[in-house]
Amino acid sequence: MLRTILKVSKKSLPFSAAFLACIGAAPALAEWQPTKAVEIVVPAGAGGASDQMARMIQGIVVKHQLMKQPIIVVNKSGASGAEGIMDVKDAKGDPHKLMVAFSAIYTLPVAVGLPFNWRDLNPVAMIALDEFLLWVNSETSYKTPKEYLAAVKAAVPGTFKMGGTGSKREDHIITVALDKINGSKFTYIPYKSGGEAATQLVGKHIDSNVNNPSENIAQWRAGQVRALCVFSENHMVYKEKITKDQSWADIPTCRESGVDVVYQMLRGFFLPSGTSKDQVAFYADLLKKVVATPEWKDYLAKQALKDTYLTGADYVKFLEQDEAFHNKLMNEAGFAHKK
Amino acid sequence: MEQTKHSQARGGITHSLVDAISAFIVFAVGVVMMIDNYRIGAGWADEGPESGYFPFRIGVILCIASIVVMLRSLFGKKRNLEVFVSWERFKPVLLVLIPTTLYVLAIQFLGIYVASALFVGAFMRVMDRSSWLKTLLVSVGVNALLFWMFEMQFMVPLPKGPLEALFGY
Amino acid sequence: MEELDALFQGFAVALTWYNIGMMVIGIVLGIVIGVLPGLGGPNGVAILLPLTFTMAPTSAIIMLSCIYWGSLFAGAITSVLFNIPGETHSVATTFDGYPLAQQGRAGEALTASFTGSFIGAFVAVLLITFLAPLVAKFALRFGPPEYFAVFLLTFCSFIGTGKDPFKTIISMMLGFGLAAVGMDTVSGELRMTFGWSELLRGIDFLIVVIGLFGVGEILLSMEEGLAFEGKSAKINPKVVLETWKKLPKYWLTLIRSAAIGCWMGITPGGATAASFMGYGIAKRFSPNGDKFGTGQLEGVIAPETAAHASGTAALLPMLALGIPGSATAAVLLGGLMVWGLQPGPLLFVEQKEFVWGLIASMYLSNIAGLIIVLSTVPLFAAILRIPFSIIAPIIIVVCAIGAYSVHSAMLDVWFMVLFGMVGYVMKKLDYPLAPLVLSLVLGDRAEAAFRQTMMGSKGELGVFWSNSLVGTITTLALLMLFWPALSFGWQSLRRQLAGSR
Repeated sequence: MLRTILKVSKKSLPFSAAFLACIGAAPALAEWQPTKAVEIVVPAGAGGASDQMARMIQGIVVKHQLMKQPIIVVNKSGASGAEGIMDVKDAKGDPHKLMVAFSAIYTLPVAVGLPFNWRDLNPVAMIALDEFLLWVNSETSYKTPKEYLAAVKAAVPGTFKMGGTGSKREDHIITVALDKINGSKFTYIPYKSGGEAATQLVGKHIDSNVNNPSENIAQWRAGQVRALCVFSENHMVYKEKITKDQSWADIPTCRESGVDVVYQMLRGFFLPSGTSKDQVAFYADLLKKVVATPEWKDYLAKQALKDTYLTGADYVKFLEQDEAFHNKLMNEAGFAHKK
Repeated sequence: MEQTKHSQARGGITHSLVDAISAFIVFAVGVVMMIDNYRIGAGWADEGPESGYFPFRIGVILCIASIVVMLRSLFGKKRNLEVFVSWERFKPVLLVLIPTTLYVLAIQFLGIYVASALFVGAFMRVMDRSSWLKTLLVSVGVNALLFWMFEMQFMVPLPKGPLEALFGY
Repeated sequence: MEELDALFQGFAVALTWYNIGMMVIGIVLGIVIGVLPGLGGPNGVAILLPLTFTMAPTSAIIMLSCIYWGSLFAGAITSVLFNIPGETHSVATTFDGYPLAQQGRAGEALTASFTGSFIGAFVAVLLITFLAPLVAKFALRFGPPEYFAVFLLTFCSFIGTGKDPFKTIISMMLGFGLAAVGMDTVSGELRMTFGWSELLRGIDFLIVVIGLFGVGEILLSMEEGLAFEGKSAKINPKVVLETWKKLPKYWLTLIRSAAIGCWMGITPGGATAASFMGYGIAKRFSPNGDKFGTGQLEGVIAPETAAHASGTAALLPMLALGIPGSATAAVLLGGLMVWGLQPGPLLFVEQKEFVWGLIASMYLSNIAGLIIVLSTVPLFAAILRIPFSIIAPIIIVVCAIGAYSVHSAMLDVWFMVLFGMVGYVMKKLDYPLAPLVLSLVLGDRAEAAFRQTMMGSKGELGVFWSNSLVGTITTLALLMLFWPALSFGWQSLRRQLAGSR
């Protein structure tokens, strides 16, 4: 019985959305404007990095009056974000639903066989790249990634514990990539959030983590953890001292330290499929205005995010490459869903 | 208590039979859990228990416990042979359950506010025999308040139907 | 006495008219949010967060934390009045709070719960004031085995409720089963979704509880012939004073629950685990323990005191370590970062004014909160006098809104109806519902902690006794589990000795 009812509910949703779209689209042929509150769907929990970013944008839009209609941030964090992703996928043609995307859009379909591909959505723009770093507890003696990885290799496989967010996701991918390049074996322990992985590292329940800058900055500033290297092509750009003697820019890249692993994560936006060019253009333009504000620059610096704005064909090209990259890593790591 | 004895005379489904049926449903749930979790691996891998380890065992425990409950309810000495619920007493339950089901169904077509107003109004008219004015005031008033609170103040999007769409929500 | 100096400076910061105004607004908003199911503390704070971006950080956090206090206080209101817990941590409050309301003692139950909450929070704030650095270090010692041991202790302190042990087991296992639906966070695999993408997100605790308790209760009341029509609830202000006179009797429960709460808040066990443990332990060790569940004031005080102490203490690891002890704390943490404050070990050093302003505001806002909620007791008790045939459909509407808003999913509303029927049948067949709820709330966290431990220790169970901390908690848990057998053995031994003499 529930199944049939479910079909009804699914049908009725696009119906009302299309209905609204008709009303909204009629007078706005030249330049589209939202006609009601815009929902930003965050496929992650309240308080996490994606959520903070969505709420930051919400705050900036209100403060600078960039849009007439209000923004509502909705958290749909079920099943590592699959809930939010599927929700936006099902909202075909609804121009009042914007999704914050991160690498889950590639990893989830592979890891759990989620019937989804980012091509099911309409790409709007990418506004930043998130970095990953290799961190160890500062009471250990490891100063460079080489030293640390050598110790991991020398130990009995599985002795060293790497903590991270969730399973078969970005942190896990990096761990496996490290293992592969080093010929060693970490025991990967999945936690609920990067924050948890950070404190577990301080409490020495794990030996290292690969957190984003924002997840570990508090512990880093307090001198409880040490950053060994960043999984990026180039140094980060933020030169302001964060600890007594180091800025983000001072951290070497893993590649130059002889550990050739590069990984960055997109922070982008999507509309549901079936939305028009005008609608995409409106949001792309809105986001462009957002990233030009001083508050946004300030936010990027605090979170040590890489300032990258891509839209249109550039964004699609990036997505295609990034997807291929993730598929390769996921398959190599053996994370692909078994039927 | 008095009523139960009263209705016992008229027969019907006994307490112990319902007990046995629900135990059987629990047993079925346990079996489904065991099958589905066996599929994803219910053993102990090198890195600790697999995903299905705990749910599988929970399924096993459910099956065992439900068999005990079932046997006791069918053959136990202390089994309760009173009528589970008499028709007179079950009628009011259905009087809530059926409208509630219809109400949830209506939410999908009319949106939650209109459906709620109709539901509250119908309930008051039928059960309370309230006057039309009182019914209208309470049912529309409560929903206007909810609309103001959820849609306008807290901006929590709830299911909306054609009426709200007319006003641009 | 460095702390006292800093605290007094903090009072100076918090005691401006503007900040007091923010405090009152925050508490009132918090009460509204706490009363509406589906709009719990975390959502409420998240929704209102953008409004505060333009304020000074200190005022903003004072207002937001007041929303949090307000929602903590108010979680008990719907539990007592309608048997519908607004938040996970007020589930245990329904066990004795609702029977009290049915006996026409809703005013007493609410007063007791608010006062208990206040005392719990006050103890926790004292702890934060004087022991912050020490306690923060302690929290770092918690790894997966310690977490698991804490959850085990919660389960064990709650076992042994209900008449038929097999039905208790079934109830608890159904809870575990429901908790396992959806994605398994440890392996990232899907469990029991049967290829149905709507089940991916799992079955949220709130939906089950709204169905079992809220809708199920209405069905039962209908069968009993509109049982709570025109229930007379004493609504004169004297109720508050009369209840207060009774409270000193329960000093031991208050202290015990406050201690449990503080401990669980710091060692992120959470307010929910704290409230269940508070109730379970009070039931076991109180002289009136066997009467719990029939409407004992003590059974209201125990979980509420623990929940509020834990909710307050949870802010300590957030401020001192940058780890949120609860979902609401996680949202507040996000807020701190947006205002440009970096929570963590250096916050106490670099942002003294902010930290102590916040701590001072905890004292003030809890007192203000208590006054505000107590003055609403007559108002809420009066709700019970509305005829059932008017209040019942409104309760169902509010339940449906609550169920929908958890995940914005229509399927959840259907689940609510389904669990309403299940709850009706289970209650009629004497299945205890509390074990189901407990294992539903904590089941997947306990399982995750266990599996993380096993990954770390390579399947070695000895890890649960590997250091003094985890060893003590585990042993305590097992002691609680076998307590009934032990106390029985001890008594029969004594009887034998007495007989042989």
